Amino acid sequence: METKTKVKATQTQAKPLHISGAEAVVRCLLAEGADLIYGYPGGAIMPVYDELYKFQDQLHHVLTRHEQGATHAAQGFARTSGKVGVAIATSGPGATNLVTGIADAQIDSTPMVCITGQVASHLLGSDAFQETDIIGISTPVTKWNYQITKASEIPEIMAKAFYIARSGRPGPVLIDITKDAQFDTFDFTYEKCTGIRSYAPYPKLSSTDLEQALELIDQAEKPFVVWGQGVILGNAEEEFKTFLETSGIPAAWTILGLSALSTDHPSNRGMVGMHGNYAPNLLTNECDLLIAIGMRFDDRVTGDLNTYAKQAKIIHLELDPAEINKNVTVDVTLHADCKISLQELNKRIKPKTYPDWIARFDALDKIEYDKVIKSDLLPKKEGLTMGESVEMINKHSKNDAVIVTDVGQHQMVACRYAKFSQSKSNVTSGGLGTMGFALPAAIGAKMGAPHREVVAVIGDGGYQMTIQELGTIYQQQIAVKIVVLNNDFLGMVRQWQQLFFDKRYASTEMVNPDFVTIAQGFRIKAKRVKKREELDAAVKEMMASKEPYFLEVCVEKEDNVFPMIPSGASVSDIRLE
Amino acid sequence: MENTIYTISVYAENNIGLLNRISAIFLKRHINLESFSTSASEIPDVFRFVIVVHSDAERVRKIVQQIEKQVDVIKAFYHTDEETIFQENALYKVKSSSLFEERHIQNIIKSSHATIVTVSPEFFVIEKTGFREETEQLRKDLAPYGLLQFVRSGRISVTKAKMGISEILDSFKNNN
Repeated sequence: METKTKVKATQTQAKPLHISGAEAVVRCLLAEGADLIYGYPGGAIMPVYDELYKFQDQLHHVLTRHEQGATHAAQGFARTSGKVGVAIATSGPGATNLVTGIADAQIDSTPMVCITGQVASHLLGSDAFQETDIIGISTPVTKWNYQITKASEIPEIMAKAFYIARSGRPGPVLIDITKDAQFDTFDFTYEKCTGIRSYAPYPKLSSTDLEQALELIDQAEKPFVVWGQGVILGNAEEEFKTFLETSGIPAAWTILGLSALSTDHPSNRGMVGMHGNYAPNLLTNECDLLIAIGMRFDDRVTGDLNTYAKQAKIIHLELDPAEINKNVTVDVTLHADCKISLQELNKRIKPKTYPDWIARFDALDKIEYDKVIKSDLLPKKEGLTMGESVEMINKHSKNDAVIVTDVGQHQMVACRYAKFSQSKSNVTSGGLGTMGFALPAAIGAKMGAPHREVVAVIGDGGYQMTIQELGTIYQQQIAVKIVVLNNDFLGMVRQWQQLFFDKRYASTEMVNPDFVTIAQGFRIKAKRVKKREELDAAVKEMMASKEPYFLEVCVEKEDNVFPMIPSGASVSDIRLE
Repeated sequence: MENTIYTISVYAENNIGLLNRISAIFLKRHINLESFSTSASEIPDVFRFVIVVHSDAERVRKIVQQIEKQVDVIKAFYHTDEETIFQENALYKVKSSSLFEERHIQNIIKSSHATIVTVSPEFFVIEKTGFREETEQLRKDLAPYGLLQFVRSGRISVTKAKMGISEILDSFKNNN
């Protein structure tokens, strides 16, 4: 195996330790810098839990209330800390409960290592108690996975797992360990993985491509940048800001790119995509050069591909070769980590301004403000809006909270109106659209950024999918602020039913429990707000709390999120009402 | 875009589960495979997959990108039939009585350049390597004499162009 992976000795040990596989797992985690893991015990993973007990002063285990919660918490941790999140579960149902979180991490490129127990190797394939083929099940949704059946494999495989999860385009890795491999003893030494021969995560930027990109930028009269999470994953926020400030090019973000550039930066022109801003969507089809940075042309961003930016030359800064010319055929690819591509561009880019082009954005922004934003943020009607609730969080967090969102209307509203001052502040389920993501993700987000305020903004539907994690929040005393924007509907589906299914509200109305009583049942401070005049004080009190705090905001039942690009329509067909 | 036959060649580590990982890429896109074969390659420790699909160039390019993205895959290529030398292998099990009673069957074997692998009192086995049309023609020709069993392998193929896998592996070794 030594020719297939490169290793780096992290500690020089005179004598190898003779330890169990289970202890080796814990020592590997510590060697990789993981001091926090999320999980749920069970039969096939008990030897590892026994070691977690012994190492509890070095490795903090957070007992979630469901394995799905463990994966989302690990994701939230990874997203705010930039480190690899770790989740652990037993075999069978423990392992299958991880799958939603793994799929979410895969599509949103979140570095995560999941460890599952497995039945003893002599029982594999015998339909033993709590046996499931988690390797087979997780294959399509993991960056890599591996089943360990011998204790001696543990160090090398764990080292590979962390290396693969965090390198290149990050993603989830699952390691399944049979119970006998956890019990067996062997001579343990640990060496970090620094390379795998079949895997080249850091391509070298081509100078020809760079020349071509510079030429296109130089020629452009109406250039436009769309950036995604690649800027954050590549730690390229500074280079990105310099690029925008020097080049004078206006820029808009995909939902996962949000917070890479502060929301009040003059180059920041808002969100692209289905519920994005009016100007960047419309002007996607007017620009003469589209520079896509660390984004993957998701269908929620592009709408109909046949009418997407057809008039424009396109430059794509992308690390993952499989994303190149996948959805949109581009003119120039800068195939490298975008930090490197941006550094190289910044060395050569000429300072420029585009006053007429920027004025086009300003004019369209005004239309959107008058038709949509004003009534969202400063409503005249009696019912509370989601927009004004988010605006109140901005006010009392001084535009500097980590905002964790679930999926649906509240997510779109929060991403449209939340204000951010620093990167890694927006945690949401983008690609997979996983309802139930926010509450457990907020736990991890707070533990990944303990000195920051973390506010989970959740709809009443998604909240009830993982509501049991209130138990984790109380037990661990995680001071997250939970805001449920309750419209007693699965609001986004209802909006589609209203617009595209003649208001046939099939199974979208929710008869909800008393959320305040439930939070209080979990011993979490809780409050409900129904009137506008109560909102300011309630959000202020919530933000001032040093403990976990739950706030239910009862909002207008049948509000819609606009602007909207109907599914499959062109970005030019964006509707304001 | 026009559909045609493409041969995808994958050089990869011989790891458990990689076959599943690669076939999942086709499953996700609702694509049926014409054939799939795995074997050792010219490089020790490196496995080779040969996958045949009926698809268009654009789709095949994207599939190959996804295959190559897999951590355990060293390199993947796709080629048209004109760019490769390829063969399939077929076995035909026939009742022995027909070999002696039907003179004609001996002519079929001879003219098709098939070889007799084994003969027993009950049955004999013919082997034929060639293009799909050739093994197919022999199957049709033998059918009237009572074909007891027929099996055909997946395509194996080598490319006319160089693959350069050793260079990739060397650059990994030297780039330490």
